[in-house]
Amino acid sequence: MKYVDEFRDGHRARVLAEAIRRKVTRPWSLMEVCGGQTHSIVRFGLDELLPPEVSLIHGPGCPVCVTPVALIDQALAIAARPEVTFCSFGDMLRVPGSAEDLFAVKSRGADVRVVYSPLDALALARELPHREVVFFAVGFETTAPANALAVAQARKEGLENFSILVSHVRVPPALEAILASPQRRVDAFLAAGHVCTIMGTEEYVPLAAKHHVPIVVTAFEPVDLLQGILMAVSQLEEGRAEVENQYARLVQAGGNRPAQALIQEVFQVVDRTWRGIGGIPESGFGLRPEYVRYDAAQRFAVSEVGGAESPDCQSGLVLQGLLKPMDCPAFGKACTPDHPLGATMVSSEGACAAYYRYRRFAPVETR
Amino acid sequence: MSPDPFALSCPRPLRHDTVQLAHGGGGRLMKDLIEKVFLPALGTDPQGLHDSAVLEAGGARLAFTTDGFVVHPRRFPGGDLGELAVYGTVNDLAMAGARPLALSAAFILEEGLPFEELTGLVRSLRAAADRCGVRVVTGDTKVVDRGKGDGIFITTTGVGLVPPGVEVHPRRVAPGDAVLVSGDLGRHGIAVMSVREGLAFETPIASDCGPVHHLAAALLEDGLDIHCLRDPTRGGLASVLNEIASAAGVAIEAREEAVPVDEAVAAACEILGLDPLYVACEGRLVAFLPAAQADRALTLLRAHPEGIGATVIGRVLDGPAGRVTLRTSLGTTRLLDLLSGEQLPRIC
Repeated sequence: MKYVDEFRDGHRARVLAEAIRRKVTRPWSLMEVCGGQTHSIVRFGLDELLPPEVSLIHGPGCPVCVTPVALIDQALAIAARPEVTFCSFGDMLRVPGSAEDLFAVKSRGADVRVVYSPLDALALARELPHREVVFFAVGFETTAPANALAVAQARKEGLENFSILVSHVRVPPALEAILASPQRRVDAFLAAGHVCTIMGTEEYVPLAAKHHVPIVVTAFEPVDLLQGILMAVSQLEEGRAEVENQYARLVQAGGNRPAQALIQEVFQVVDRTWRGIGGIPESGFGLRPEYVRYDAAQRFAVSEVGGAESPDCQSGLVLQGLLKPMDCPAFGKACTPDHPLGATMVSSEGACAAYYRYRRFAPVETR
Repeated sequence: MSPDPFALSCPRPLRHDTVQLAHGGGGRLMKDLIEKVFLPALGTDPQGLHDSAVLEAGGARLAFTTDGFVVHPRRFPGGDLGELAVYGTVNDLAMAGARPLALSAAFILEEGLPFEELTGLVRSLRAAADRCGVRVVTGDTKVVDRGKGDGIFITTTGVGLVPPGVEVHPRRVAPGDAVLVSGDLGRHGIAVMSVREGLAFETPIASDCGPVHHLAAALLEDGLDIHCLRDPTRGGLASVLNEIASAAGVAIEAREEAVPVDEAVAAACEILGLDPLYVACEGRLVAFLPAAQADRALTLLRAHPEGIGATVIGRVLDGPAGRVTLRTSLGTTRLLDLLSGEQLPRIC
């Protein structure tokens, strides 16, 4: 497949792994920020190719995983209403709230639908004028422009039966929180390539300077990731702490300006709670006052809904890179994809799910 | 701010009090449903589970199987519900090494279903049966209130004759076996999804929906020692490999580069965040046989248009029992696990 095969090429991957091996002289911990990167690393077994000095720490960049349980409960409360058609990306449906998930609400008769874009939900709102169509707007900066577009379009068309339940999060404040933690173990970041296609690389420059940490914007295929790791390790070995761009084929320093303008138009920066991590100031987007009537949480008065969190799941430590999924006592026992304790075991981008799916056993010795 | 102390989150484990969609997804939840609800109540075949049961009657061995068809949309690129209802059951018979003899067809019709559509589906069911050389010899019809069904559900049951000496069963799969597929994977799942979800791909993808009994017969009639056959429907190739590895108490290793996936299917899967190894086929078979006979089997399969893409994708290893691994294109190894339910398209 064009634009994919060349980035999964075994020979190129081995050449890069060898270059990393030659470069490295002491132990370094690199955090890949995005869940898509984690998924690729585990799926392709990239850590098997790396020298023992380089350890990869899986970061908080799985939007499904960091959506707080209170918000899932709000989604469940809205979806259960008889007048509502609730639309969501597929992998949110199995994420447990404090008592159940969207699939369970659906099995009792709620109209819950999987869509591939917020614009699909908007089209449903046009088709079903007597239904309240709600879209679960989850995600990092990557999905924010499309969600902003849906809201702006709804206002333009005067579609009053459309609203979104917003849980948007932003990457830079989360990196700041991880770097500020007294338990910091991260020497360098592989920043999330897709987020940077929208936001560009500029907002990472102050972060790299302040904490003297290399940040390499990296894509998602095996060759991309190995190249990003090589760039980060080179910086560390040479004592540099810069923002570099491995994903230059798509990411520009200034990002996608029209997309940013759309985000600006509809959303404002707000404080957000991250599931498993806690509150992080300015770490999310919420609707601007001009668009507040498209806010499903207000429309259905569920802002106060939200179950209590129990202390058993360690996904917070996993999301900060302080615990490897397989070192969690619940992993594969009390916590499995069938009975997930936390969202990291549910989403296809969640670190625990990736380990469960690809790594539950040590690799077989074969020749 | 300091991220410490972190408020750790943990919802309590879900207990399913009701049937969930994932219980029909061909993954681990479906296995649970069968093992915890159906088998304890209905009993199990001491021979172990396979696509068809094999019954001895008057010196003959009859393969016996049944399948319900609820696909939506009822017409999709490359096929429709009527054809699928025949091929699905004929293929399940063939996976026991049987020659299909006859089918029954039961129709649950929803009030308001246009006759034009019903007639069209029944005609294509008949054409598919003719193509497979089987007759529909008995049937049943029920009509339910509008809103109590999805237009039409079809259940077909099939009987077939297992030739003397043929012993095709998961328990025969042994270390040293080669694993073959008869063609490229994932077409049916992506074809149906593209219509159901209104996804338009640059290259239209047609379902592989079709019979494979003649492919199975070609292998068996040549005298090859076919240990097991499976059609990779719901749950795809990965689920077949997991079921066989568990049933036979062996390990299986597949090679990622060897698994044939059409470019358009691969691209659609990339876009949707799906793994083609878990996507359904409706006109493919997976064969397990001694590695020394693999070349002969490939020659036989490739002699048919439906088997032209046949290839060896892996091998059976001596334990650990039930473990299925994938050798990636980078030379690393990962687990190829049974999924919980159906794959869900991801956010970004």
